[in-house]
Amino acid sequence: MSVLVWIEQIDGQAVHSSWEVLGKGRELADSLGSPLVALVVGHGVEAVAEEARGYGPDTVLLADDPALERFRLQPYAAALQEAIRRADASVILASATTNGRTLTGLVACQNQAGLAPDAVDLRIEEGKLVAVRSVYSGNILSDIYFDTDQQFASVRPRSFPAPEAGEAQGAIQPLPVPVDEGQVPEKILEVKPADTSEISLTDARIIVSGGRGVAKDPELGFKLVSELADVLGAAVGASRAAVDAGYIPYKHQVGQTGKTVKPDLYIAAGISGAIQHLAGMGQSKVIVAINKDPDAPIFERANYGIVGDLFQVLPALTKEFKKRLGKEEKE
Amino acid sequence: MKVAVLIKQTPDTAELPKVSPEEVRSGDVKATMVINPWDEYAAEEAIQLGDRFGASSVAISLGKEGETDALKHALAMGVNSALLVDVEAAREGDVWAVATALAAAVQHEGDVDVVLTGKMSVDGNSGAVYTGVACKLGWNLLVNVTKIVDIADGVVTAERSFEGGQETVTMPLPVVISVAKEINDPRYPSFMGIRKASRAKIPVLTAQELGLESIPRAVRWENLRKPEARHTEVQIIEGETVEEQAAKLVDALLAEKVI
Repeated sequence: MSVLVWIEQIDGQAVHSSWEVLGKGRELADSLGSPLVALVVGHGVEAVAEEARGYGPDTVLLADDPALERFRLQPYAAALQEAIRRADASVILASATTNGRTLTGLVACQNQAGLAPDAVDLRIEEGKLVAVRSVYSGNILSDIYFDTDQQFASVRPRSFPAPEAGEAQGAIQPLPVPVDEGQVPEKILEVKPADTSEISLTDARIIVSGGRGVAKDPELGFKLVSELADVLGAAVGASRAAVDAGYIPYKHQVGQTGKTVKPDLYIAAGISGAIQHLAGMGQSKVIVAINKDPDAPIFERANYGIVGDLFQVLPALTKEFKKRLGKEEKE
Repeated sequence: MKVAVLIKQTPDTAELPKVSPEEVRSGDVKATMVINPWDEYAAEEAIQLGDRFGASSVAISLGKEGETDALKHALAMGVNSALLVDVEAAREGDVWAVATALAAAVQHEGDVDVVLTGKMSVDGNSGAVYTGVACKLGWNLLVNVTKIVDIADGVVTAERSFEGGQETVTMPLPVVISVAKEINDPRYPSFMGIRKASRAKIPVLTAQELGLESIPRAVRWENLRKPEARHTEVQIIEGETVEEQAAKLVDALLAEKVI
């Protein structure tokens, strides 16, 4: 029996939230008294396997093959199946990224095993995994108990703290996966990598978001949002109203039909706080609302509020943070 | 070519906070029920595939008798036909049971080349049903598709998006596709469409017809509850000038240790 964690890599870089899952995996493996196994799949990704050794696994399985270079569901599922057999895994985890959710889903279904998608907490009870899911868009919590021997979960990013990298341990073991490129149904024709300078919303510790309040000058409004975000090393978010109005691309949208985020600090500028927006950011640790309307519903969810015009408040905040964080420009 | 679009009837998103754990447990949710917002993109894409490739479309939904509002919305948008799948064993929140029932309905419909779905439901939030449907059908799967570039010679070319960017891929049919919001702008049903849909008689497929009187379950939902209400006492930062307000807020945030 073991706990197996898939460490996702994209273009040879480990996906940060995978470490959160591996860290939690250590805790679960310890309470089960079973080994923790990390799985790295790709081509020429020894560095990711080496990095994984720093987060406490007993073994790192490395499936390396040219056909595994980029994520394709069928060969990656074959690799995960092989790893489950090799590690005799009973608890199988991954970060709930697009690929992590799909991979755990398909392999769980193939094995007729239970799945807890996008879990927000995990624990062990009577030798089995219990997952907590947030459903009804953050309005209901449920414990998921498994009736099957294999227990699969994908874990929402930022549900667990990122572990500190420690001394490398556990051996890297090659995991041969028989993949015949001719048998892979999916062919990748073209790749447009994401802008790596942008901080991902779901991984962000701090998010600064703009909403309809930027309407009188949307371009300047989001420039001010971005400037504050830059000083704080934060990701830029937006409300649906701002996205629908075309002020900023959809990938920045936070809320019901956008991303669900859980930063330490969420600064909402010119966002009224519709229920659908709150569903996406209501779990943030500290919420700051900046809005001209003192009756905006966002203030009912916020820890701190400034009733004022974001076009004045944001530059003032940016300047003050620069000063305090020692980032003041030298003139 | 035939396209099946899987539709879920879900609470109006504005009413989600009012849904109680008891309603979820019993399955008798009192909220206004509408088409799952993510599934509107799938319905729109089914209609567009009809225009582009002459495909016929059928909307399939799992629900109790009479739970046809979401299907009627899809019909009113322009999906050709609709089918309600009434399988009690698939109603207990087990994603694989749901997938089993939907896959059986797709098979029962016959000759389907493409299954389209939204990326998740606003109530179950699993985003796993389409994976299960592909698995149960033994079909290929494409997730988070932002554009169907072409369907020709039994192969779909599509763009899909994930955290690492965007990829253009090809996949042989038959295929299950979950669509992302970027794929299209769902149309509003026309007045004529609504009238036609309101008169439509939607056939019901029963568990008996599908041979699904019981479906093995893999998980149990227990201890349904509301999340702990968060502290909502807002501290409004006052000040003579905006600079003073900014300074006070920065003080507070540094003290919270969230910077």
